[in-house]
Amino acid sequence: MATVMIDLKRLGDVKAPAGFADRVLAQVGVADSYAKFETVLGHVYVAWNRLGVSAAMRSKSAAEFEHWFRKDVGRQLVRVEPPRDLAAKIEDQLEGKRRMRFDLRGLTPFSQAVLRKTLEIPRGQVRPYGWIAREIGHPAAVRAVGTALANNPIPYFIPCHRVIRTDGVIGNYGGGGPEAKAQILSLEGVQLKRLQTLARSGLRYEGVRSTKIFCFPTCYHGRRVREGNFVFFHDEAEARAAGYRPCKDCRPAVA
Amino acid sequence: MEATDRVFERLVLDHQNRIFALGLALTGNRHDAEDVAQDTFVRAYRALATYPPERIRDLKQKAWLHRIAVNVVRNRVRGVRPRLVELNGSEPDHASGPEEDVLRKAEIDELAARVACLPARYREAVVLRHVQELSYAEVADALGQPVGTVKANVHRGLKLLRGENHGDRDD
Repeated sequence: MATVMIDLKRLGDVKAPAGFADRVLAQVGVADSYAKFETVLGHVYVAWNRLGVSAAMRSKSAAEFEHWFRKDVGRQLVRVEPPRDLAAKIEDQLEGKRRMRFDLRGLTPFSQAVLRKTLEIPRGQVRPYGWIAREIGHPAAVRAVGTALANNPIPYFIPCHRVIRTDGVIGNYGGGGPEAKAQILSLEGVQLKRLQTLARSGLRYEGVRSTKIFCFPTCYHGRRVREGNFVFFHDEAEARAAGYRPCKDCRPAVA
Repeated sequence: MEATDRVFERLVLDHQNRIFALGLALTGNRHDAEDVAQDTFVRAYRALATYPPERIRDLKQKAWLHRIAVNVVRNRVRGVRPRLVELNGSEPDHASGPEEDVLRKAEIDELAARVACLPARYREAVVLRHVQELSYAEVADALGQPVGTVKANVHRGLKLLRGENHGDRDD
């Protein structure tokens, strides 16, 4: 009797395998997994959990990324070998061919609304900060939108680089400064020069003579129009006075 | 949410060895043991997320986790094994240490396999009482059985383990 019981007691001294706790925490989403990926934007550290991608940053080193993540997101982080298909998914997401899921827990409802709205801006287009503010029902909170975007934990994936100032200045960028922002926008096919020339003359909207519709200058609907068929407007009132209505896709004003 | 996460983190760190050992004794191999342990904690997390703070504070963590783990094992046997999300690049750690450790590990694995051969009701009782060293009351609570039943099952289980089966094996 005694020996069997001593043996059984030893069975109870077994230790869980190395890394077990981390894997459990990662699985329920209390801790996030992360890995380094080579992308069109160079190397990017990406963190994710069961709810989706939770953070991304072009950090210089893994240590820097971990430090930033713990401070900013506040969860545990476990470096893992990425699942086989994740690199391809990330590539697709950055090229606009896929919509990944994101974990925005921990952000305020306002920030979440800003980031969700930002996700709706198509690749190759830009919107002013005021547009986001109006679209999420807080038209006066333009500065707050700027703050929410500056603290976007998942730049590149949630395209905060597609939000720029009305005066054509690129504006600051949490994902690597204004140069990085301009570089990514060019990569996505935004004609920055044209945009900035217009903005400097105070022209915010472009109208198409034949349709009598006015859009943001990067709107998809302006792409097939010859430059000579555009009319440009300083503001909404001017466009409406000329008999133009706002585009229903890019929504430069409430229709 | 955040508070629950902290509680859960503590729970995993405090009980991972205990629950893994329980899984090993009940299933007889390390691979299934890790599955069981992982599943147990995932269920615990989902449950915690629905509990009010007072209930989490007053929770008898040890007994509660044992009850979940026993149920996880029972459900696996029934074949309604809950699907697990694929884990990211996690190979169980079978790195061999010094020879002595390997020997001890082999002995333990053999013992676990022997225990796993017991009929389920004896195995659960023996493992909770003598591997996990719960009191009879705690075992009874975890298994949802009367104390007397548990005592009898422990006794018969140990008898079987010692190889004295006087014809009272009934599976």
